[in-house]
Amino acid sequence: MNDYILELKNITKVFPGIKALDDVSFQLKPGEIHALMGENGAGKSTFIKVITGVYTPEQGEIYLDGERVKFHGPKDAQTAGIAAIYQHVTCYPDLTVAENIFIGHELRYPSRRLNWKEMYRQSDELLKTLSVDFNSKTLMGSLSVAQQQIVEIAKALSMKARIIIMDEPTAALTKRESEELYRVTQQLRDKEKASIIFISHRFEDMYKLASRVTVLRDSHYIGCWDLDAISQDDLIVAMVGREVSSLYPKKEVPITDEILKVENLSRTGYFKDISFSLRKGEILGLTGLVGAGRTEVCESLFGVHPADSGKIIFDGKERSIESPGTAMDLGIGYLPEDRQLQGLILDWGIDKNITLPRLDKFASGVWINEKNETEVAQKLFEQVMIKAQSVHAKASSLSGGNQQKIVVAKLLATDLKVIILDEPTKGVDVGAKSAIHEIMSDLAGHGYAILMISSEMSEVLGMCDRILVMKEGYLSAELSREEATQEKILEAAMVKTIKAGN
Amino acid sequence: MINSGIKKHSFLKWEWMLILMLILINIMNASLSPYYLNYFNISSAVMAFLDKAFMVFPMAFIMMMGDIDISVASTVALSSVIMGIAVQAGLPMPLAIVLCLGTATLCGWINGMIITRFKELSAAIVTISTMILYRGIAYIILEDQAASGFPEWFSFLGWESIGPIPFIVIVFTVFAVLFWLILHKTIWGRRILAIGQNNTASIYSGINVDKIRLMAFTSAGFMAGISSLFLTSKMASTRPNIAVGYELEVIAIVVLGGVSTSGGRGKIHNVIMAVFVIGLLKYGLGLINIHSQLLSIIIGILLILSTLLPNLGEDYLKKKKLRSNT
Repeated sequence: MNDYILELKNITKVFPGIKALDDVSFQLKPGEIHALMGENGAGKSTFIKVITGVYTPEQGEIYLDGERVKFHGPKDAQTAGIAAIYQHVTCYPDLTVAENIFIGHELRYPSRRLNWKEMYRQSDELLKTLSVDFNSKTLMGSLSVAQQQIVEIAKALSMKARIIIMDEPTAALTKRESEELYRVTQQLRDKEKASIIFISHRFEDMYKLASRVTVLRDSHYIGCWDLDAISQDDLIVAMVGREVSSLYPKKEVPITDEILKVENLSRTGYFKDISFSLRKGEILGLTGLVGAGRTEVCESLFGVHPADSGKIIFDGKERSIESPGTAMDLGIGYLPEDRQLQGLILDWGIDKNITLPRLDKFASGVWINEKNETEVAQKLFEQVMIKAQSVHAKASSLSGGNQQKIVVAKLLATDLKVIILDEPTKGVDVGAKSAIHEIMSDLAGHGYAILMISSEMSEVLGMCDRILVMKEGYLSAELSREEATQEKILEAAMVKTIKAGN
Repeated sequence: MINSGIKKHSFLKWEWMLILMLILINIMNASLSPYYLNYFNISSAVMAFLDKAFMVFPMAFIMMMGDIDISVASTVALSSVIMGIAVQAGLPMPLAIVLCLGTATLCGWINGMIITRFKELSAAIVTISTMILYRGIAYIILEDQAASGFPEWFSFLGWESIGPIPFIVIVFTVFAVLFWLILHKTIWGRRILAIGQNNTASIYSGINVDKIRLMAFTSAGFMAGISSLFLTSKMASTRPNIAVGYELEVIAIVVLGGVSTSGGRGKIHNVIMAVFVIGLLKYGLGLINIHSQLLSIIIGILLILSTLLPNLGEDYLKKKKLRSNT
C-alpha cells in the first residue's frame, strides 16, 4: 500500500530566465492537513500550478495513489480529484449558492434539461456536512468572504475532490471568520477524509490546523517537518534562510510634541465621536474587527472621505482636510490597505510609481525632469531595499512584499509628519514584514508620528506604543503598551458594550 | 492587460503600423490619380480634413482617462450657430469669434462639471445627453435656416495660405506641438496617464482627479470651438446640422491612433498619424468616386483590424514563447 496519496518527486519548472522550481519534492499523506510555507516568490504558486495541471514541469514525476500520472491541463487534475481554493473567490454574487456550486458542471435530466431540484438537494447536503448556517438558496453576494470560501469548498466536494489546495484562504478574513474556516477545514479532513494542502503566511493558521509543514525557499525544497518537532524561530530561519533578528524591531525613541489631535470626529454611518491624539515619535495602533470603521477614520484624516463633524487639529492649528492633496500638503501620508487597487499603477515602473504623489517636487516647473526623478527613486529604491532588476522594472513583475515596499517608498518621497499605515503587512512574507517593521521603527526614530491599522494581534502588541481599539464605529478602548494584552484587546474589539450616551 | 513579461516585437509597435498604413495609402492614392502627387493637390486634401482634427487632441486625453466625449460635434454646431446669429445681429466679427470660442468652452465645462460632480453617471451617458441638448439648442436658435453674412476676411481661416503653407496647417501644427508637450513632457500628462491606469490609486496619490478631468472636458469644448471657426469659415455660412457625425470620426481617429479604450495608454504622434491615415484614405477613395456608404464600411473594417491586430500579434508571440518552453 502507499503511504502517500500524492507524491511529487524532483520537480523542476523553468521559465525564461529563471528556475521557478528547482528539484522540489513533496509528499501528502491521506487525511492530513499539510502546510506549505515560504516567502512570496519562493515558488509556492508555481508549485500549486504544477499540482493542478496548469503548468507541466520540465523534470520530475507526479504520483497519485502510487501511480505515475501526467497532467496535460487543469481538466486532468480536476478529474483526478484535485481542487484549489484561492484567496480571492471568483463567484457570481447575484446567483444562489447552489448555482455557484454547480456552475460549469450542472446536473441534467436525460432530456438535457437542468435538474435544479437535485442540484439544490445535493448542495444542501454538502452544506450540512460542512455545518454552516446558510442554505443553498442564499444569494452568494450576501455571504461573507469566509462563507464564500466555504461554498468554494463545497464546490470542490461536489466535483469529488479528494485533494484540496487552499491558497492563503485566511488572508482576507477576520479572526472570527478564520475560526469558522478552521472548523470547516478540520471537518473536511475528519468527515470527508480529504487531504488538504494549506498555504498561509500566518503561523497561527498553521499551528491550529496542520500536522506537517513543507518549506520552500528561492525555488528550492528546504525541508518537511512534523509541526511538533520544529519551533517557530527555526521555521522562520528555514523560510528566510537567515536569522531574522526580530519580527518586531521596536526601538525605544523619545516621544515628543503632539502633532495631531482629533476631537469628536464623526461620519454618519461609519464612525462616531472619535477622539485621540498622536505625538511625534509615537507608533499608535488602531485595531478592532474588520468593518469596525478603522479604515474609514483614517480615510477621513487623509481627506478621501471627509468627516461630517468634529475637529482635526494638526500642529496646533485646526484644519479642514477636504482632499488627499490637502492632507499631503500638510504632511499627512496614507498607505492604503489594498496596494494593487489603491496604491500602485501596476503597469508602470517602480520609479514612476514612487514619484507620482509628489511629481511637482521633482519637476522643473511643469516640465518633467526624468533624470532628477530617477535619482530620487533610485535612492528610495535602495533605502527600502526593493528586490528587483532595476528601478525601472514594472510594479506588476514584483512579489507582494516588494510591491508593498514601493508603496512605502511613495510615502517616503513625500515630506511627511504623520504617516497612516493601513494593514501594512497584510499578505506580505516574513522577510518583507520584518523589513517594513524596521522602516516603521526608523521613521518613528526620525520623529515621524505613525498611526497603524492592523488586525494582527502580535503586530499591534509588538510595534505600538499605544493601542486604540474600535468596535462598531466607536472607540472602545485605549491601552498603553504596558497594559495591553491580547485578551484586553479582544475584549474591547468584540465584547465590550459601548457606554450609553457615548 | 496583465503584464505578460514579453517584450513587444518592434514591428508590432503601433508607430510602425501607422507609418506602413500611411505609405500604402499614399501609394494607392498616387496610383489612382496621376495628379495626386503634387503639392497643390496634397495641401488641398489636407485642408479638407484638418478642420475636425483639432478635436482629436483633447479627445485623446479624455479617452486616455477612460472617459469619452460624444458631444463635441454638437458643440461645434452650437458655437457656430451662435457666431452666425451674432454676426447677423450686427456684432463685429472679432467679438463673434470670441463668442464662438466662449460658447464651446462653456459646453465642455458643463460636461466636465456634470461628470465630476455626479460620479454615478458615466461620461458616455452625460455627453450623449448634452450631444442632443446642444444641437437641440442650435435648432431652436436657427430652426432650419442658414446664417451667413460673414465678412470676407473670415474666409481666410479656412482657405488661405501663409506663403506656401495653408493657415489651417500652421494652427494645427501649433496645437499638435502643444498637446504633445503636455502629454509627454509635463506633470499634467503624467497625471492623465496615471488616472487612466488606476483612478483610485491616483486619488490616494493626492492627484486632484476631478480637476484634471474637468480641464480635459473643458479643453475639448475649446478645441471644438476652434474646429467650428475653421469649418464655418470654409462654408461661409452655418446651419444647425453642421458637423453631424463628426464625433464618431474623431473617436475613430483616436482609437486608430492606438489610444487604449480602457485608458492609461497612448501617444499624441500616433494620433496625428491616424488623422492623416483616415483623411488621406477618404480623399483617395473620393478620387475614384467611391460611394460614401462603402467608405464607411472600409473605415469600419480598418478600425476593427487596427484594434485586433496588435492583440493577435501579442497572442501569437506569447504562444510561441510558451511552446518553446515546454
